[in-house]
Amino acid sequence: MLGVWYSRKGGCMSMTEASIAAGNQRGRLFPWRRDLGTPLLPESSIAGRSLVIVIVIMAFLASITAGTVQLIAEASASWTSSIGREMTIQVRPRGGRDIEADLRRASDIARRTPGIADVRIYSKSEAEKLLEPWLGSGVTLTELPVPRLIVLRLSAGEVLDATRLRAELGVVPTASLDDHRQWLMRLSTMANTLVLVGLVLLALVLTAMALAVAFATRGAMAGNREIIDVLHLVGAEDRFIAREFQRHFLWLGLRGGGIGGALAVLAFATASFLATRWVATPGGDQVEALFGAFSLGWRGYASIVVIALLVAIITAVISRATVFRNLRGLD
Amino acid sequence: MVRFENVGLRYGMGPEILKDLSFEIPPHSLQFLTGPSGAGKTTLLRLILLTLRPTRGLITLFGSDTARLDKDGVTALRRKVGVVFQDFRLLDHLTTYENVALPLRVLGRDEASYRPEVIELLKWVGLGDRMHVQPAILSGGEKQRAAIARATISRPELLLADEPTGNVDPSLARRLLRLFAEMNRSGTSVVIATHDFGLMDQADARRLVLAEGRLHVYD
Repeated sequence: MLGVWYSRKGGCMSMTEASIAAGNQRGRLFPWRRDLGTPLLPESSIAGRSLVIVIVIMAFLASITAGTVQLIAEASASWTSSIGREMTIQVRPRGGRDIEADLRRASDIARRTPGIADVRIYSKSEAEKLLEPWLGSGVTLTELPVPRLIVLRLSAGEVLDATRLRAELGVVPTASLDDHRQWLMRLSTMANTLVLVGLVLLALVLTAMALAVAFATRGAMAGNREIIDVLHLVGAEDRFIAREFQRHFLWLGLRGGGIGGALAVLAFATASFLATRWVATPGGDQVEALFGAFSLGWRGYASIVVIALLVAIITAVISRATVFRNLRGLD
Repeated sequence: MVRFENVGLRYGMGPEILKDLSFEIPPHSLQFLTGPSGAGKTTLLRLILLTLRPTRGLITLFGSDTARLDKDGVTALRRKVGVVFQDFRLLDHLTTYENVALPLRVLGRDEASYRPEVIELLKWVGLGDRMHVQPAILSGGEKQRAAIARATISRPELLLADEPTGNVDPSLARRLLRLFAEMNRSGTSVVIATHDFGLMDQADARRLVLAEGRLHVYD
């Protein structure tokens, strides 16, 4: 009698088997859930919707932070490269010296120096215009000793030997070379600080999310204690039980991370669209000066995708670790 | 297979509820564990199942000293033991089929590999037409049969059944007893905890009688 039930039936699939197989069609629709059957943890026993909302918010904040960090890093690289492509020779007026002659001599030296693509002397009126934001437009500057500038545009192919140029400019005592290094350092420090702050915020957001997942997992374990006991008694290993929780939470993490990341992409796309609309306004000019067109490059979007995946992975790993720790506690 | 030597159990600082239990369950044996309600039958089964640890004495299961087992070792031993709980302990969100297949599923077996044998067993215990329903709509007797099917599906070396016929009519009780005897003939040691003397009279098996915390063995 037992042999009948122990032996495997051959031949065609019976109607009963066919109906059970049909019940597993879900595996074909959702390949990652193939052959899993009904989840051993009831969906309703886990605060799935609340946790997904928490994960969506955290993923959104993390993605916004990551995108902003990327935006700042790209803007900083852009400022650095545009400032780094120029140098300035400043010629100060001094009694007894002809400033125009000094300008010409300095610009001639610059033109002869390899690595400089273009030399342009700022006219007196252009130099005075530079002072307008500080002194106002109604001031007569004719009597004031306004320094003059020579802007040097560096060529892309050759490297300029700034030390040599500085030494050659020694024949013009009123001229000094400004290679903008101080500005570059300040910009770089500011940008690096902002990036660091962003990364710290990102770490805090992900940590908060991990803690929320840990609490949710512990709650789910408490709610499913009876099921865990039965699984243990029928011979389930801790890793089998942990895998059941992990699978469940990975799915929640993927949903939350995906929605949060999509919302962040939408937010950046909206910001970019609005920035292009406001580009003619003073505020828009400021934003454009700082962040360009306020649009993420592919790196920015890639970082959001990575964050969404990271959120899902963290959710799964934390739930698994929490289950293992709590199962050890059950001993 | 199972060996108890001077095993005692007390909860906290209370009195010993099981005292100096020394007995053996040999391979391929069939026995009834009996005694009045509250005598400690379920507690003794829990000691064998390793969900309780004795406060003294030595329990050897399949040749292993259970006091020295780590968690993986406990799991490995539990896979050799099938158990029918008094309160069934079926998972309410799974169908009868999925409940019965659970011990094979936790082993990581592919569903297609065990489907025919689960269906065959369900038909044999009279649940062929109830395999797609959840336990909530099964009668007490049907739940009992599903629990028995779950305990036996993995062909355990040792089967522990706690009041397995408590919720079934005499005719089905006889049928279930035949199932246990059949399993015993095919090599499984069976321990049936019951206080149903009518059931015990139907089989020629040794009796382990628990009374006042002590065990008396009648071969």
